[in-house]
Amino acid sequence: MLERKEKQRLQLLSKRIQMYTMKTIGSLGVGHVGGSLSIADLLAVLYGKEMKYDSRNPKWEERDWLVCSKGHAGPALYSALALMGYFPESELETLNRPGTRLPSHCDRNLTTGIDMTTGSLGQGASTAAGIAYGMQLDGKTNMVYLILGDGEIQEGQVWEMALFAAHRKLSNLIAFVDYNHVQLDGYTDDICSLGDVREKFESFGWFAQDVDGHDVEAVAQAVKIAKSQKEKPSMIVLETEKGHGWSEIAGKLNGHCPTVSKVQLDSALAEMQGAYDKIKEGIL
Amino acid sequence: MIRLSDEILPENTEMRKAFCDTLMELAGEDKNVILMDGDLMGAMGTKPFAQEFPEQTIDCGIQEANAVGVAAGLSAVGKIPFVHSFGPFITRRACDQVFMSGAYAKLNVKLVGSDPGITAQINGGTHMPFEDMGIMRGIPEMTIVEPTDIAMLKSVLRQMKENYGMYYMRLVRKSCMKIYEEGSEFEIGKSVMLRDGGDATVIASGYCTAQALIAGEILDGEGIHIRVLDMFTWKPVDEEAVILAAKETGAVVTAENHNVINGLGSAVAEVLVKNNPVPVEMIGIQDLFGEVGNLEYLAERFELKADYIAAAVKKAVKRKTKQ
Repeated sequence: MLERKEKQRLQLLSKRIQMYTMKTIGSLGVGHVGGSLSIADLLAVLYGKEMKYDSRNPKWEERDWLVCSKGHAGPALYSALALMGYFPESELETLNRPGTRLPSHCDRNLTTGIDMTTGSLGQGASTAAGIAYGMQLDGKTNMVYLILGDGEIQEGQVWEMALFAAHRKLSNLIAFVDYNHVQLDGYTDDICSLGDVREKFESFGWFAQDVDGHDVEAVAQAVKIAKSQKEKPSMIVLETEKGHGWSEIAGKLNGHCPTVSKVQLDSALAEMQGAYDKIKEGIL
Repeated sequence: MIRLSDEILPENTEMRKAFCDTLMELAGEDKNVILMDGDLMGAMGTKPFAQEFPEQTIDCGIQEANAVGVAAGLSAVGKIPFVHSFGPFITRRACDQVFMSGAYAKLNVKLVGSDPGITAQINGGTHMPFEDMGIMRGIPEMTIVEPTDIAMLKSVLRQMKENYGMYYMRLVRKSCMKIYEEGSEFEIGKSVMLRDGGDATVIASGYCTAQALIAGEILDGEGIHIRVLDMFTWKPVDEEAVILAAKETGAVVTAENHNVINGLGSAVAEVLVKNNPVPVEMIGIQDLFGEVGNLEYLAERFELKADYIAAAVKKAVKRKTKQ
């Protein structure tokens, strides 16, 4: 259980990540809003509590690694990184501008604090497993966190990795599936159903948990349990809502990569600010 | 230094044995060297490596896409992974992983694809890569090599380990023709002139290199004297040597155990059309699929043998005269 203040701190951080994400994408007028907002709570838990890192020394040898395999959620990750001091907040508004260090999809060679290049779905799964295995070979205790989209696990490569990671006992690998149930073309259940993701990973030999991906306390608890695993890689299936925090798209089919007008941006930010204030007052 | 063999005869040792021995040397010197495979260690003869360096061996099972991704991740934390599978599977199947997880991410993975072209023999068309080099050639920053014999393999493999970046090596598993003496050292990106002559140049690679030398003998008897370049690096191709050959001999024949589309013929032609256009003929797979057969049959079937190279030279020389 988290202290009330700790929980509140993480909830506030999540709201700030959401607001930064909206401003980042809003400054351009289009972007992957839905799948960015749905992982804000997870990023708040990772950067606010669970991950070991030093923003002043991004390549710190002792750091934990994060592979955001759903690379299109870059804007959420950039927002978290800016909040943690990896680069100035003002840089967020360079998203996808010519010559930017903040491209649509995560790039380890461009962005300070990004550990792996991703974008072609499924591939971050394997690179994360490689990093985790490399750490084990060197007797290091760094954790490797992997964020997968739900539609992304339709890629066969993810299941190749699932076999590999279990066989190699990569207990330093903690993966998340952002199970928001919506992919680009529709509901995952209508396109290519994923079924019970936790059960599937369990059957592949993983330690797997289902949690409410918008409950920072539950997510933090799940990560804590996952960290205690000695033999198995961990999967944490986050039950989430695509576009969480912005009611105009939340849970709907129009939230994958919408245009965001100035009016919509202001309305979204007002909604998020409202939620932020309520958390601060202890109402939410 | 490069020393040519006095006689062109089959090697006594298989390429896979030399591959395994050299990698074991490298792994002994540097614990970051990792050998990965997709359930073909038995076929590649690398089980001795696995026995001696179990901690540096990863047999992933039959999952090339994951293997290449894992290799990219390993290289991000300082490992130097060599990933082997049959040529078609490491290139065709895992192309996107090579591209994004490896090359685009600027990582350090060494890909090894065995059984190039007709050397896949009775495994047939499904396993017979005529397109592997072409696929890899289209990916920026890849270095692409086809070692000719054991001496070259040893030299090139060590350079692949020592130089940071993405490499693809296509490699015969069995015996090759010995062209170079043991201990010869090669520079990736620099071709080797195996013989000189003023009438035309054959730019060859892999299986076709020895055939080009035989073609040279045949043509000598007919009063046509050719230069032969061993173009074992396909990318970056040795532009300087290609341009010089065109200037000094006036006609070029390329000879490769690969589709002429997107292969060595294309690479050489790209250099020549921009710098010094001369008649070019291309010996290689004429945009066909492979099929089962032994090496002799397939070399004849796909017209890769010395006779065909010699005929192509005569055609190129004739075109030169017309011009």
